[in-house]
Amino acid sequence: MKRAAAALLCCMGLAQADGVRPARDFLSPELRAQQDDPSRHPGWLWVDEGEALWRAGERSCQSCHGDVAAMAGVAARYPAVAADGALLNLELRIERCREEQQGAPRFGYESQALLSLTAAIAQRSRGLAMSVPVDGAAAPFLERGREFYATRQGQLNLSCGQCHDENAGRRLRGDVISSGIGTGYPAYRLEWNTLGSLHRRLRACSLGVRAEQLPLGGADYLALELYLAHRARGMPMEAPGIRR
Amino acid sequence: MLAGAAAAQTMPFVVQGDAIEAPLAGLLGDAARGGAVVRNRESANCLICHSIPDARERFMGDVGPPLEGVGSRLSQGQIRLRVVDPTLLHPASVMPAYHRVEGFTRVDPRFRGRPVLTAQEVEDVVAYLATLR
Ligand code: HEC
Ligand code: HEC
Repeated sequence: MKRAAAALLCCMGLAQADGVRPARDFLSPELRAQQDDPSRHPGWLWVDEGEALWRAGERSCQSCHGDVAAMAGVAARYPAVAADGALLNLELRIERCREEQQGAPRFGYESQALLSLTAAIAQRSRGLAMSVPVDGAAAPFLERGREFYATRQGQLNLSCGQCHDENAGRRLRGDVISSGIGTGYPAYRLEWNTLGSLHRRLRACSLGVRAEQLPLGGADYLALELYLAHRARGMPMEAPGIRR
Repeated sequence: MLAGAAAAQTMPFVVQGDAIEAPLAGLLGDAARGGAVVRNRESANCLICHSIPDARERFMGDVGPPLEGVGSRLSQGQIRLRVVDPTLLHPASVMPAYHRVEGFTRVDPRFRGRPVLTAQEVEDVVAYLATLR
């Protein structure tokens, strides 16, 4: 009897880890088709713009990295810990190159230029499996993100997992709740009428439970992004996604 | 159990079994007003998770059970407890506590120290749900 219970517990644990499904599985058939078709996907405007920015200027991104095609697989390994110990997502990595390598001012989080470059680079990992390193220097960030994810927050007192693990697949008003893994970001959201970052989406979830909306690119959402990427390990990158 | 007295904007209540038998602050609920509260997409937002038997309502959620028939399944006291704070019954409940202000984390400053629903709104919601037989 006891053993049966232990076996059951063990399987429930597994079922939860296995419960994460690709973001595209939760999209309506129309949106999924649109996400797969660049000619009907407004997000490609940003990809094109980002590829132009990649080549622009004397000290262009291209002058150091070569063709943007060389960025294949990079986004699937982000966020990552930089040499100085800071956790950087793709956006902040680009901002750092901009300051340190190009000697130019940051674009600013959620600026069209930064979203464009992020989309152009992330697109080169489309279809590749997420695989962020979470050991060594990344471990404390992962723990911080895991704790944030599991904490009930806001006046409505809900944790991320209460929606995205316990209720994935169910309907919340007009939305089908997904596994909340962020593999489609930056994404074109119909509600925004523009491309937006993962952190902008996270602020929407925080607002949804009437919790504090934290700064874009700040330490909490960065750690959370690392944890989401870890939950998404093995899942295909979908950026630029298209969402309701 | 006695709770809530410390918070100015919530009314104290007594839990008996799985119910709060006495109306909060002795207030009388109004079913019509309660129906409006339940449908309000800005404040209570019950329909984000639940459905009610009303064909005019679109996009209702299914995170919680349908509220159709809840007035025959549960007494008013049982409904009151579930609206005030369902975690008193199931600590892991997904449903928000609508008449509680303490023990929350990172609440948006605009909502800090206030319950989602006032005692009068809770009583109105209870009166409305009791009509869903
Ligand atoms: C009350 C329910 C709820 C809570 C709590 C919640 N979310 Fe969400 N979240 C949603 C809904 C609904 C959507 C839009 C549909 C979807 O894609 O899942 C969404 C979307 C997302 C997405 C985008 C998924 C995609 O592919 O477009 C991510 C990532 C996400 N949430 C992460 C989180 C994190 C992290 C937290 C906690 C800080 C959180 N959510 C809290 C309901 C919730
Ligand atoms: C975020 C999701 C969510 C929201 C919002 C929500 N509920 Fe619930 N509700 C649930 C869940 C899930 C249950 C099942 C019991 C549990 O988990 O505690 C439930 C159970 C109930 C029950 C008991 C039903 C039964 O048949 O036992 C009542 C009554 C109820 N809710 C009323 C409301 C009212 C009224 C509101 C708004 C003022 C509301 N709920 C908002 C998720 C929600």
